[in-house]
Amino acid sequence: MELWFTENHTENVRFSIKIKQHLVSEQSEFQKIDILESEEFGKILVLDGYLMLTEKDEYIYHEMITHVPMSVNPNIRKILVIGAGDGGTVRELCRFKSVEHIDMVEIDRRVVELCREYIPQTACSLDDPRVNIYYEDGLKFVRGAENEYDLIIVDSTDPFGPGEGLFTKEFYGNCYKALTEDGILVNQHESTFYDEYAMAMKRAHSRIKSFFPTALVYQVHIPTYPSGHWLFGFASKKYHPVDDFNADWWLSQGLKTYYYNRFVHIGCFALPQNVRDVLRETKKQVPDQSDS
Amino acid sequence: MNLDQTRAPLYEAMKEHRLNRVVPFDVPGHKGGRGNAVLTDFLGSDCLKNDVNSMKPLDNLCHPISVIKESQELAADAFGADGSFFIVNGATGAVQAMIMSVCKAGDKIILPRNVHRSAINALVICGAVPVYVNPDVNKDLGIPLGMKVEEVEKAIAENPDAKAVLINNPTYYGICSDLKRIVETAHRHGLLALCDEAHGTHFYFGENLPPSGMSCGADMSAVSVHKTGGSLTQSAILLTAKTVNYDYVRQIINLTQTTSASYLLMVSLDLARQNLALHGREYYAKTAEFADYARKEVNNTGGYYAFGEELCDGKAFYAFDKTKLSIHTRTMGLAGIEVYDLLRDEYGIQIEFGDIGNILAIITGADRALEIERLMSALSEIKRIYGKSPVGLYDHEYIDPVVEMPPQQAFYSKQISAPLDETAGKICAEFVMCYPPGIPILAPGERITEDILDYIRFAKEKGCNVTGCRDMKVERLEVVK
Repeated sequence: MELWFTENHTENVRFSIKIKQHLVSEQSEFQKIDILESEEFGKILVLDGYLMLTEKDEYIYHEMITHVPMSVNPNIRKILVIGAGDGGTVRELCRFKSVEHIDMVEIDRRVVELCREYIPQTACSLDDPRVNIYYEDGLKFVRGAENEYDLIIVDSTDPFGPGEGLFTKEFYGNCYKALTEDGILVNQHESTFYDEYAMAMKRAHSRIKSFFPTALVYQVHIPTYPSGHWLFGFASKKYHPVDDFNADWWLSQGLKTYYYNRFVHIGCFALPQNVRDVLRETKKQVPDQSDS
Repeated sequence: MNLDQTRAPLYEAMKEHRLNRVVPFDVPGHKGGRGNAVLTDFLGSDCLKNDVNSMKPLDNLCHPISVIKESQELAADAFGADGSFFIVNGATGAVQAMIMSVCKAGDKIILPRNVHRSAINALVICGAVPVYVNPDVNKDLGIPLGMKVEEVEKAIAENPDAKAVLINNPTYYGICSDLKRIVETAHRHGLLALCDEAHGTHFYFGENLPPSGMSCGADMSAVSVHKTGGSLTQSAILLTAKTVNYDYVRQIINLTQTTSASYLLMVSLDLARQNLALHGREYYAKTAEFADYARKEVNNTGGYYAFGEELCDGKAFYAFDKTKLSIHTRTMGLAGIEVYDLLRDEYGIQIEFGDIGNILAIITGADRALEIERLMSALSEIKRIYGKSPVGLYDHEYIDPVVEMPPQQAFYSKQISAPLDETAGKICAEFVMCYPPGIPILAPGERITEDILDYIRFAKEKGCNVTGCRDMKVERLEVVK
């Protein structure tokens, strides 16, 4: 018997991975959680039928959502991570000795518990003494913070389901308020290839732009995400991700990476024309990458 | 409840009717949706197939003798009334039927001035004369409250010939009068007690809420089940006690209600009643929990004031409906209507209404925690980005009306149209109100004053939806010649 996991990337496009074993299938208070083991991709975390990570390619996502902002401002000390129940983002952040304090806010306790048990590859640093885990709504948590964090990372699911509130204008506004003057906001920014994701991407971008003087997007290649081409947002009150890139500092940290490096840091902000075109369609408030 | 509330006779009959595959050579002419593909695609084929007309197996709302009758009996049982009528023209229809059942031309009815327009409309239609009891006003919030028992006593003493007292239970903002004592007072003097419970469906099923009209001995109550009870928009129930002639009330309803009552609306009432009877207690407990949480969060945000039971004073603010999320916004320098517009335009959140100083969000057990958080965060953002000090905002909401002639007489009098600014001192011949909440600023027959004109101008300037006048822009008013 063959067992396959299939995600519909659109109504008309499917992506399938051959499965060795179905390790976990559980309905939590918030979503359906599945953990599968595959031949090609190792263990796979699936939420509400959407693939979140695989052991084989998670490093791309987690390195790129963390090392990019970290190497723009070496003085990042206090970080808020929203979502990220698998622990991969926190794992990468904990590799930086300069980081003093990480608050991780995940709405679904079961995601964390199951990842600790089944996917230690990503959950391995959740017990680091610098990490504080809060099980509550990210939108609610960030509302109560003011001028507190040097970096906020929004490692969310898609804007349909429990992650919906993390793509709203009120959320980005609250993030702006929660950040210090040097603050940087990095978020999972969907992609532009398929229409449904492109809509979410555009909305998120124009909302972030309405608050932050610098709001850019950068690209990564994630083999198991729809279209394989994915985007992150970089927004800041003060820093430009390329002009203020501190390559020397990053190199001095001596961190071994598998996707991120100082060339990728510069290159990932160079966007293909189709992405620039989509960005141009968003409401323009400040000059950005869509200007030629 | 004595009857088997798991039953839903109209629903069961409609299901059976569909299984019977009866060939339709009657109205509606869309024939199960085949006649309009776009509409069917939009609303869904089931919806169109259930859009049927009265026929023997499905009874007839104008003259119910089988499944509608049974469904109405179940509703009466669930609401603790002796009789009930399904109404397909909203609580507006129910309020009008209620008033017209007890008042004829020239009869007096005692009512608070902050009634819904539907009540005064009924007076225009039937020619009854309003005796207004001025609700107290909370000056800080700028909202009208309930009626004090002694004010009702006084109105009865001055008008011993009045036929009935109409009571809001609760007001739009969730404020209740001492209903039990007002009903007793009315009955002691031989008046009927009528309740406008458009916003009070949940009082019949929830726990730890203010008492419902029928449980306090009211003679009739108009219940807008669609508002917080889960039936479709425009469906309502009129409840009656033994003290009124049920069959006469039916005749009154049939004066104005359609002879083609929508089965979609009626079956939604049947199923809402079933659901509330079986699960209403948990549903409204969850509602209250959400609302309590939201009130706490809003008050922690600062700037806003989400008021609640702490304002209860045993008088005009006798009780509070804690499922209502009423928020005072003036303290951070924004009119309620401005917050209402910002929430929709900037944050994609639609709330029930915003007036000069307050907003109201309807919370129900069907909400989700994540959406409550969105509302809380958006309010916090609005305060951060748009908040200012509360100068230059209008500081009262309720203006004492001077009633010069009955609404019907004014409405049908010889009239002239005058520019708004030149109408002070004249008698108004039409309604002026902000909608929502739909409480008249001016009703036909009332003297126009500078105070009232100031209020109308301010409401227009702030972007309130000012309605009711013949002139849709409210630049002119019809006044009695």
